[in-house]
Order: sequence, then structure tokens, then C-alpha cells
Amino acid sequence: MSYSCGLLPVLNEGENEHQYEMSEYEGAKARWCPGCGDHSVLTSVQRLLSAEQLIPDQTMFVSGIGCSSRFPHYLRTYGFHGLHGRALPVATGIKLHRPELNVFVVMGDGDCTSIGAGHWLHALRYNMDLTVLMLDNGIYGLTKNQTSPTTPQGFKSNTQPQGSFLPPMNPIEIALGVTNASFVAQTAEWAPAHMYATLQAAYKHKGFSFVRILQRCPVFTPLIFQKAVKDPARIQLLVHDEGVVAPELDKIYARKVQHDPLDLAAARAMAEQTEFINLGLFFKDPSRPRYEDTRRVPPKTPAERVQLLEKEFARYAV
Amino acid sequence: MPRSVVAAAAPKADPSTSPAAAATTPRVLRLPEHTVEIVSDSGEGAQKCAQIFAAVSAKMGNGVWTVELIPAEIQPPPRVPEGASGNRVRVGEKAVTNWGDRTNLVIAFNEQVLLARHRVDALADDAVLLIEDKWARSEDPEIVAAWNAAMKELSTRSYRIVPVAMEDQCLAIVADARKGKNMFALGMLARIYDRDMTKIKDQIAYAFRKKSEEVYAQNVSLLELGYSWAEDNIDFRVEIKTAESDKPLLVMNGNEAIALGAVASGMELCAMYPITPATSVSHLLSEIFERFGGIVHQAEDEIAAAGVAIGSSYAGKVAFTVTSGPGLALKTEFLGLAVMTETPLVLVDVQRGGPSTGLPTKVEQSDLLAALFASTGDAPHVVMAPATIEECFHVMVTARRLAETFRTVVMVLSDANLATGVTPFPQPTLDESWQAAPLDLSPVREGQKPYGWDPETGLSDRIIPGRPGGMFTLTGLSHDDRSKVAYSSGIHQHSSAMRSRKLAVLQSLLTPPEVNGDPEGDLLVVGWGSTKGAIEEAVARARTEGMKVSSTHLRFLSPLEPGLKKIFSGFKKVMTVEINYSDEASDPYVTDENRRRGQLAFLLRAATLVDVDCWTRVPGEPLRPGLIFEAIRGRMPKRGGA
Repeated sequence: MSYSCGLLPVLNEGENEHQYEMSEYEGAKARWCPGCGDHSVLTSVQRLLSAEQLIPDQTMFVSGIGCSSRFPHYLRTYGFHGLHGRALPVATGIKLHRPELNVFVVMGDGDCTSIGAGHWLHALRYNMDLTVLMLDNGIYGLTKNQTSPTTPQGFKSNTQPQGSFLPPMNPIEIALGVTNASFVAQTAEWAPAHMYATLQAAYKHKGFSFVRILQRCPVFTPLIFQKAVKDPARIQLLVHDEGVVAPELDKIYARKVQHDPLDLAAARAMAEQTEFINLGLFFKDPSRPRYEDTRRVPPKTPAERVQLLEKEFARYAV
Repeated sequence: MPRSVVAAAAPKADPSTSPAAAATTPRVLRLPEHTVEIVSDSGEGAQKCAQIFAAVSAKMGNGVWTVELIPAEIQPPPRVPEGASGNRVRVGEKAVTNWGDRTNLVIAFNEQVLLARHRVDALADDAVLLIEDKWARSEDPEIVAAWNAAMKELSTRSYRIVPVAMEDQCLAIVADARKGKNMFALGMLARIYDRDMTKIKDQIAYAFRKKSEEVYAQNVSLLELGYSWAEDNIDFRVEIKTAESDKPLLVMNGNEAIALGAVASGMELCAMYPITPATSVSHLLSEIFERFGGIVHQAEDEIAAAGVAIGSSYAGKVAFTVTSGPGLALKTEFLGLAVMTETPLVLVDVQRGGPSTGLPTKVEQSDLLAALFASTGDAPHVVMAPATIEECFHVMVTARRLAETFRTVVMVLSDANLATGVTPFPQPTLDESWQAAPLDLSPVREGQKPYGWDPETGLSDRIIPGRPGGMFTLTGLSHDDRSKVAYSSGIHQHSSAMRSRKLAVLQSLLTPPEVNGDPEGDLLVVGWGSTKGAIEEAVARARTEGMKVSSTHLRFLSPLEPGLKKIFSGFKKVMTVEINYSDEASDPYVTDENRRRGQLAFLLRAATLVDVDCWTRVPGEPLRPGLIFEAIRGRMPKRGGA
């Protein structure tokens, strides 16, 4: 990685022999409902932070609003718990100014695919080096059971008691449709080993790593993935050496398909499949341009700025 | 404007009434100031002509104020009044602080755009109108009819109409005269106002620096042609004393000043979304900012622009976003977040007419209350308004520093008048200390909290990511000093007080505004923002006519500058002058209780309990000093027992 701010020596100063244990990434006690998939995502993330030995003070979690967006509070890193739907612009600003920070973004389905959908599409295209988790339980939980864009058709909620009117939005299909998207993966909260391997691949990818995590809300949507949870045959793993590698899953999930993550057409076809739930890496292209790299400018000292500005004044001189 | 400008009013369209040829000894009119307009269809180069004329006038040592006349559409159909495009240039022997009242001399490329100016009463009764007359000779009978109708309409005033065959003249040099006549027009102006031709040629060279030598030479030929035509055919000249400044001056518009001020402040990120009339700030920055280590991020929408600026500010140096009214409306939720999380942010609103899409290219001062109160909940923040183009530069330096020191949002309210007005001002003496300090990434102090509020002032040091030991989660939820989410009433009360206290602290550091004129009298006019020049000109005129009137101008709207009540107490009556809507006291159904007053008047009444009156207008143009003068006269107490 290169650094725009000339901060590398300062930042590396703190880097020493210290080994960060998982517990050192724990923040406040998580207050999600018992059985919520968010707990499992939090554990996987803490495991990842420890495995990668990310320095807590150089790591940032940005979230929006919703159950999932409480995430940063439960970690001992820097956190930004902002506005509903607006995690991505904030993360964009942070990464533009401080590209050396490890920046993660955590959003819910309402956050990402509804109120913040515009930012989502553009952030995919900016392809900044962000690890982006969309915790998708197909419902608005915090506000108590309203239909979200990913709610299954026919599902009864407080806002659509007759059942959700339309087929749900397919976030993977959408992400794969965005120009310059570089990493699109799907995993599930009830397959922790797969989730961990997916998060690890996402973190390691330099670019906008979009991970949709399928979840159940234990209060409002406990049964939406019931069939797949009960019957592993309804899950199909996308496997490839360049994809999500989790050999421990071999015993549970028999249905596998070799999928080259560089094959966008195949990825899109797979995203449209409805007979199975596809878990794994749909698409990855590390060669796609990253916005922050294209915007990198050499820093200037105050004295240099003054000198340059005097020069600029000449253009306006009377 | 003295009537003597016009030798003989001859409002005739017939080319045979052209001024006498061989005006070997033109009458010289020595005047303290003159106002010129060049109007054309969009894309005919009138603006370039006017800009060069203005720049050269400034360089020669005249006071100058230039305003763009902008149609709402990019390419309106030709020869329609609503397509009128160009500039007004007010030139004076002293500094010119506003666009003035009415125009004394116009160069118009067709009679329809001239009608537009006539119909908005932009032209002095005795104005000289130099008009392209090829339309009178058109083969198209509709055009001839339109010309004749226009001449009839114009003849209702005592204008002096001077037909000029501009295109015919230019054809001697260029094949497409439509593209050359702006330089011909510039030549006429150069002759009439005795402008320095060397300086004009330098400006032309600069304006066409990206074009070939041939283009430059052709433009100079056209310039000289216009000059000699005027020499032979125009029977008057205007002489305005020039005095070259001993201090170096810069000449630019308010948006350029904001952009350069941002650079001088050391900010490194401008996040924006295109919107008129704010966008040109980002145009200049996009061109130069990277050389200064900064970037312009064009976000996907106004909301994202605010979010990117806030994210960047949170992570280090203060960033800014620039917008106009509709964009401000979209950003307000993020404004509240920045206030709640005490994340510094500079937000520039270049105001235009509203509500909704309103008047995108025209000036208004209608966003004041939105700037103060548009966010939900109690979101105390700073609101400042530069009063001059020079202040547009300096306000950015102040805004960044205040945003950082007070950990809050600083809104800067400019407007379309400042954004498009061009005037010279003393070159700022730059200071490195204006710029943001380098990022402090040292470990946090023992016990340092994310909001270590000083109980007296509410001030605290912020912690940016990357500082060892400082890890915390910033949140828009109500929180305690450790940034822990807290719903208890006590904590919310306390943290609200801490955020609010900062404004009182800031106010304690400000000085009362200056009073322009005597500290006592019959009437005090209070203004804010771009109206300062026009108000002070009107007040000066009123004072010379014996009225006991003074004025004061506010730069801070939140917190208000201190001492207002005391200043107001010296006057029998206090009245704001603003470019926003207010009911007239005499309007049907309007009572003293339900009267909707000017936005500053609303604020001042609440803050001072003084019965502040207002005179406001929303004409879609800057206020004319003459109208303000009339308003002042109308509010003066009746004298004597008569």
C-alpha cells in the first residue's frame, strides 16, 4: 500500500511485538437479541482482526443506522455510527483523507439497498479499498418489522400485512451489474466457517469488497432461510482457488460448483439462480482502478502552499 | 446620471440618424462613474468583451463592479428577451461596492435583448444605446417588424439610440461576424472610455491563451476596427479619473475568492455536487487544488457530498462542502450529525432565489433561517456571511479555524451577487498560520475522553483515528463524554448545554459591529451579506440629503455579534434591508402579529426584543441603492408639526 499523507513512519511506530488476542478487539457488550445473526458476524470479525493482527487504533468501522449498525460499539477499534443509509459516503471521506487506515463498513439491508441505495451503487463503482458487510435479514428489525427491499415476496410485516407485494431485490445481481465493481460475495450467518473465510477474502482484496451476509432475525424473520438451514443440499458453494476457501465445509455441503471469480458472465448467471442459495465469491477483479489511488496527490507544507498561492494570485493581479 | 451625457435625445431607429461622422472633437464628459452593459444572445461573447473591459478598467485604477446577466437556459432561442446574456460593468473613480442603479451605456447585439433590459428598468432614462442594426435591414419581414416594434417601445423613454452596423464592419476581417463582433464592441468601449490598448491586448492574449496566434491577431484587428469606428462616429467620450493603487490588487468574483480562501485555509478536501450558482467554486478548485495537496470530490449527490466532507473532517483536517439552497435542504440531516458528534465542517451556501428550484441564477438571501434552523433537534452551529468579495476569501480562513476550535459546523452564506460579481480588492498577505496544523497522531493523553467538555465553555479536544489508545465509537445518538450511548435525561441535558455553550463562548470573543454613520439618529439600517455596498451607498446619499440615518452590517448570524441592543437603542427606528420576502405591513389580512418579516428582522426581534422593521425585496437581482434610498426616505419620521 502507498500512503498519501506521509504518515507511514508515525503509524508504524506503534507496531511492535504485541500479539492482539481476539478479546482485545472486544468493545461494549453486544445488546442484540439472543440468537441474532449479528453476534456470529461480530465473532467472525473479531477473529479476522486478530488473525490479521490489525492494529486497533488504525482500524475503523463505519456504520449507518439499524440493528446491524450498532456493530462498531461492540469493537475496540475506532468507530463511526452515523446516519441511516449514509455509512458509505462517510467511509469514502475517511478513506480519501486517510488511505492508510483499515476501513470496514457495516450496513443492514434497509441501510444499504433502500435508503442508501444510491450511495451503494456509486461506492461499488468508486471501488475504494473498503471491506463492506451488508447484514441482510430481510426486514427492518430496529423499527419493528417493516418490509425491506430484500423481504421475501408474500412475507407479512407491519407495513405489508397482506404479504410483501413484490419479488425481493437481489443485491448480488445488482452489485454485479455495477461498472467497476471488483469483489462480490455472499455468505450466511449459519455457516460461520464460510463466513469467516469470506470475510478474510474480502479483507485481503484491495478494492471495494462487497459481502452480503444472509441472516435471520430471531424475532421477525426467524424462518426465512429455514429450508436451507435444515437442508444443506439447498446450498451450493462456489469454489475456486481464488475464491472462498474453507475446506472444513466439505463435509457439510456436498453441492459445489467450480466458479472462476474473474468470469463475470458466469457470476451474473449464478446470481440469477433461484433453485439453490449460492454462497461464495461471485466475482473478483483486483485489476480494477481504485478511486483513492486515482486521487492521490503529493502533500504540501504550509510554506509551499503559501508560495504556490502567491503564484496563483498573479493570475488575478490588477 | 446627468442629462448632459446625451447631446440630443434621438430615439429614432433610422440608420440615417447615426451620429455625425468625423466627430473630430468629441465632447468629453468628466464623470465620477458610469455604468455599461453589453448584452447579446447567449454564446455571442458579450461576457468576454465585458470581462476584458472590466479587468482593464481595474488595472488602470478605476473602481469596478461587474455582474453577469445570465439567462436560465444554456442555449435559449436567439433574439428573445429572456435570452439576454451579458454583463453590467460599473466603473468609478473610487472603489465601487455594488452594481448600482441603472445603466448609462449599452451595447446590444440585437434589439430583443435590449428590450429585456428596458423592461426590467435597467436603463437610465438618458442611456446611450449602441445597437447592432442589421436586423432593421433583414430580408425577413418578421424580424423587421420586431425591430420596428422594439424601436417604438424604446422610444417611450428618452434614450439615445445609436444604430451601429457592427457585423457589416466586422465582415471586412472575419467570415463569421457573429463571432467577432464582441471584440469590435470592446474596441468601441476602449475608445469611448479611453482605455489602455496595450493592457487590453494583454488581456486578449490571456483570454485566448489556449488558442492560436492567428486567433489573437484576428481579435486584435477587430478590436482596432471597433476603436477606429468609434473614433470616427461617436461624438462623445467619457472620462473617469483613474488612480492606480499603491497596494497590489486582485480582481475576481466571490466564488473564486471562496475557492482561493479555502486553499489559504489549508483545507484539503472539497466535496460537492453540481448546483448553480455554487459550482464555479469547484471549477476553480478542480483546476488548481491538487497542486496544493487538495482534491475536489464530486459526489453522487448533495447528501453524499456532506457525508464525504464529514468523514474526511472526522479523520483529520477540516473539509468543506459547497452548495446552494436545494443542496442545503438535502444536507441538513448530516449537518445535525456533525453538530451532535462535534465534527468540524465548513459548509458554503451560495444562495439563490427559492423556494424549490426557484431562481437558479439569481440572487436572494432567503436561506438565512434554513441555515440556522433547518436541522432537526437543537443543532447549534456557526453561521457567517461575507459582505464583500474580499471577505469571501477571508471568511474561509476564519470558518475553518472556528470549525476546528469549536468542533462544530460553520456555515458560510454567500449569494449569487457575490458569486458572479467581480471587483478588485487588496491582495491578501498570506500567513502560514491560517492553515490547519499537521495531523496529531500521538497517543491520547491519560484519561482523555472523546468529549472532554470543559464545564464552563463546552470546548474539548477531538480524537482522530490513528491515535493510539483513543479508540471510541463516534455516534449520532445522544452520548456522554466518553461517547457512550446514553438515554438518560441528565446526560442529554448536559451534552445539549455543552454544545450550545460554545456559541455563547464564541460570541464573547466577537466585537460589536461597527456603525456606519452617527451612533444616534432617526433610523438604523441593518444588513447582512452581499447588500453592504448598496446599503452604505444609499445611506451616504440619505445623509447628504440631511436624513439622520446610519447602518450596520452583520457578519455573524449565529451567534449574533454582541452589543446589538445597545446599538439599536441609539435610534428611533431600526430596519433591516434584505433580499428575501416579507409582507408589507399594509397588505390585506396582514397584521402586526401575523406579518411575516425579513429573515434577519425575525432573528433580531427575537434576540433583542426591539421592534425591528424591515424593507425587503425579491427582484431576482441585487438591490439597487436608489431603491434602498427611497425605502429609507419612506421610513423617516415626519418632521415638524406640518
